[in-house]
Amino acid sequence: MSTELPLIGDYSTPTAELSGARIGVVTFPGTLDDRDAARAVRAAGAQAVSLWHADTDLQDVDAVVIPGGFSYGDYLRAGAISRFAPMMGKIVDAANSDAKLPVLGICNGFQILTEAHLLPGSMIKNDHLKFICRDQVLRVENNQTAWTNGYEAGQEITIVLKNQDGQYVADEKTLDMLQGEGRVAFSYVGWNPNGSRRSIAGITNEAGNVVGLMPHPEHAIEAGFGPDHRGTDGLTFFTSVLTHLVGGKK
Amino acid sequence: MSEQTQAFNIDTVDNAAVTPEVELPWAELGLKDNEFAEIVKILGRRPTAAELAMYSVMWSEHCSYKSTKTHLSQFGKKVTEEMKKDLMVGMGENAGVTDLGDGWAVTFKIESHNSPSYVEPYQGAATGIGGIVRDIISMGARPIAVMDPLRFGAIDHEDSQRVVHGVVSGIGGYGNSLGLPNIGGETVFDPIYQGNPLVNALAVGALRHEDLRLANASGVGNKVVLFGARTGGDGIGGASVLASESFDDTKPSKRPAVQVGDPFAEKVLIECCLELFKASLVEGIQDLGAAGISCATSELAANGDGGMNVELTNVLLRDSTLTPGEILMSESQERMMAVVSPQNVEAFEAVMAKWNVEYSWLGEVTDDNRLTITWNGEVIVDVDPSTVAVDGPEYNRPYARPEWQDALQADTFRSSEAGKNLPASGEELKAAVLQLIASPNMCDKSWITRQYDRYVGGNTALASPDDAGVVRIDEETGLGVAIATDANGRYTYLDPYAGAQLALAESYRNVATSGAIPAAVSDCLNYGSPEDPDVMWQLAEGIRGLSDACMELGVPVTGGNVSLYNQTGDKAIHPTPVVATLGKLDDVARRTPSGWREEADGQAIYLIGTTKDELDGSEFANLRGHLGGLPPKVDLAAEKALGAILINASRDGMIDSAHDLSEGGLAAALSEMVLRYGVGARVALDEIKSRDGIDAFTALFSESQARALVAVPRSEEVRFNDMTSARGVTVARLGVVDAQSGALEVQGEFTVSVDDLREAHEGTMEKYFG
Repeated sequence: MSTELPLIGDYSTPTAELSGARIGVVTFPGTLDDRDAARAVRAAGAQAVSLWHADTDLQDVDAVVIPGGFSYGDYLRAGAISRFAPMMGKIVDAANSDAKLPVLGICNGFQILTEAHLLPGSMIKNDHLKFICRDQVLRVENNQTAWTNGYEAGQEITIVLKNQDGQYVADEKTLDMLQGEGRVAFSYVGWNPNGSRRSIAGITNEAGNVVGLMPHPEHAIEAGFGPDHRGTDGLTFFTSVLTHLVGGKK
Repeated sequence: MSEQTQAFNIDTVDNAAVTPEVELPWAELGLKDNEFAEIVKILGRRPTAAELAMYSVMWSEHCSYKSTKTHLSQFGKKVTEEMKKDLMVGMGENAGVTDLGDGWAVTFKIESHNSPSYVEPYQGAATGIGGIVRDIISMGARPIAVMDPLRFGAIDHEDSQRVVHGVVSGIGGYGNSLGLPNIGGETVFDPIYQGNPLVNALAVGALRHEDLRLANASGVGNKVVLFGARTGGDGIGGASVLASESFDDTKPSKRPAVQVGDPFAEKVLIECCLELFKASLVEGIQDLGAAGISCATSELAANGDGGMNVELTNVLLRDSTLTPGEILMSESQERMMAVVSPQNVEAFEAVMAKWNVEYSWLGEVTDDNRLTITWNGEVIVDVDPSTVAVDGPEYNRPYARPEWQDALQADTFRSSEAGKNLPASGEELKAAVLQLIASPNMCDKSWITRQYDRYVGGNTALASPDDAGVVRIDEETGLGVAIATDANGRYTYLDPYAGAQLALAESYRNVATSGAIPAAVSDCLNYGSPEDPDVMWQLAEGIRGLSDACMELGVPVTGGNVSLYNQTGDKAIHPTPVVATLGKLDDVARRTPSGWREEADGQAIYLIGTTKDELDGSEFANLRGHLGGLPPKVDLAAEKALGAILINASRDGMIDSAHDLSEGGLAAALSEMVLRYGVGARVALDEIKSRDGIDAFTALFSESQARALVAVPRSEEVRFNDMTSARGVTVARLGVVDAQSGALEVQGEFTVSVDDLREAHEGTMEKYFG
């Protein structure tokens, strides 16, 4: 089956793919940003492939995006139930395999990746205890990953931040390790919007194929609909992974 | 369980027929004696306990509109053929549906969830969002956005802490979890709403024409299914007891009458329903809101072509001790009822299994025109469904212009003590502007809006603080809609007829300001007790005013809701008809934002419309604690002309930004346009002062209607002036956008830095709610 289009509100002619890349977008019960992630994939020139949490077929995708939302209503703990989905088992195996499947976890997707132990640390409730939605400036700390190679090191980008449980925490040793090994992918610039340790907004695994972050690049890919209705800084995530897939950069 | 409860449980129709002497708690359930007598007459016997439960909720003010039906009919009558042209579904269904062209349609509706939100702010507000979203799904549409007009008591009252925090986090907690962008609303603080906050919720959905669904049960032998969350003991009698009575300190807490929401269940229900629609697996569908199963079964049956049999013990329960009457009245959230043909049962069950949604088959559609409900096979309800759902009581409640209305209108701001010593010098005017934009009603509300997700879906083209929320529907063409909600309780208190029209005028103007063509209206009429002739007069005048204005502006009312009994003791709220206007944009890329950016440097700023000395009921008068006189004059022809200018100028690229003038007048509009992107401006008031015969204070703070500020690129000025003069619309060139100054300069009067404006504007909500 090709790209699964939205049930209502669809437009039946997906744009011609600029590359043959197939990027999976996982939907759990309670996932909210799956359509947005699929749109971002298409905007970058790849084909979006819908992956259902209960299935076990990765459909030969070249990379996977785990989008944001409130999978399973954040019950128990954000991401704690979703990590046990059959599809997640396949994704974890593929990410750890020699092929090193590129995986991007956004917001709830980041929470799921930490629960699945693909990335260290965890997210707790924002320090101010409220949901927050704002246009957020980030600094690209590591531009050597599968999802960030199109950015300049140290580049500041503005994408959307929106979460309830976005405070990144880990023990001091892990934080030292992440910083020491250059595995902090993004830091918050200016105000730390949720109390994250060391202003960490996103991290990568050692191999650089798995990246997770709380802010939402998929909401900043189209002029007129992004941060303050014009920013497109998030599109580079999705073009980066295409570059990575054709062997352009790591 | 007591003996008595057991007996109550099995009150069958046969038992009722032979025990006419049994005392029933009809008064406790909110029925009046004449209403109970009418039920006995309809049935030819006393009702069973279960029937009594159904009639009591369905005949409540909230569900039956018994006090307003006679007035509301004007919305259906004052309609031209032209207004009906794009109307696919009008009032009376779950929500109205408007054709957008290209096979697309849009459905939207605004509703109140006022009383629950006062009793239990978080859950009350959350389930308000949940309920209105299910109305949208019931039409076969995908919900695409929500909005929430809110009215609270005084900002510094200690109870406002409880209510504001609870309501805002409830709306956020529920709406954010559904993946629906919150694109706007309003927030007003006024002590008049202290014990009766108004929490209105609007949802909008998009659908293809062929996906339209209606709530009716047709086809003998088709199956009736209840799916979604289980039925529990929450919200029992919410519609009859809570929403249809005034609050009174002497009565026990009503917390059990408030429903408890689970947004995750609702999100799954949305996706599950859309999958059912796509595969055409349901013949009719109805959400369960007020009056729960009573409403869903009786409305589906009454709107269908036959009757319905239901076995009530098939309902899946959270609490096994619920009586049949409680099951019928429960307002547990996240439930839907559908009618499914036998050949689709298997496919229906497969969709439920995919989404892990619980369901139970309750019964089937019959052709005997009766709604029959059994409990373990024993008949406990046997009624003509129309008598429950359609032919409820109807009252012509007495109404009369209040004795105090004349004195109120005579007490003008200028003639009052509060109207003395008005700001005149530059310094005084500057201080007044800063005071105005820091005031509770005019201050920046991003403390609220940043707790809502405005980006999800990737189709939000404008959101608060812009004049209207704009959402794209079709990614290929850019087709989309703009929606604005507005009301001014002070205006409506001063003149109920004009006030309702002014609410429509403002929302119409806001939609046009964004560049959209107004197409449909939904209203939420928030008033006090209809049993008070003063309030009833306000309501009758409001409906008359709004329906007249809709006719004149050519926008049909497609649905809405009436919320009465918003009063504590004998103190009613200001009459507050909240009007939502929906407009159409062929391409949302052309929408007009409400402020200028740096690259607009040097663009000309024009004020469209004329300014009169109209300060009664204004925000400035409110700053000085005065409320009296007459609200600004309604001029619907001028509103229409202004709207046409804004829409055409936007379409033809003549304006880059636009903002309507409403509460706070020119002072507020200028400040807000500067603050939108932090870019300054230089303006002068001389032209409008001499042309309109007013002083600087009046120019800045009058709330004359049918006005807007626009920024016009230099290259478009000739075309813009040609268009406005050809249409006979008055404009004045006030000045220019100044990206270097970092200030708003009102030449000859004062200069205020953008930083000072921002500090005043943004500090207030933070100060009170942190």
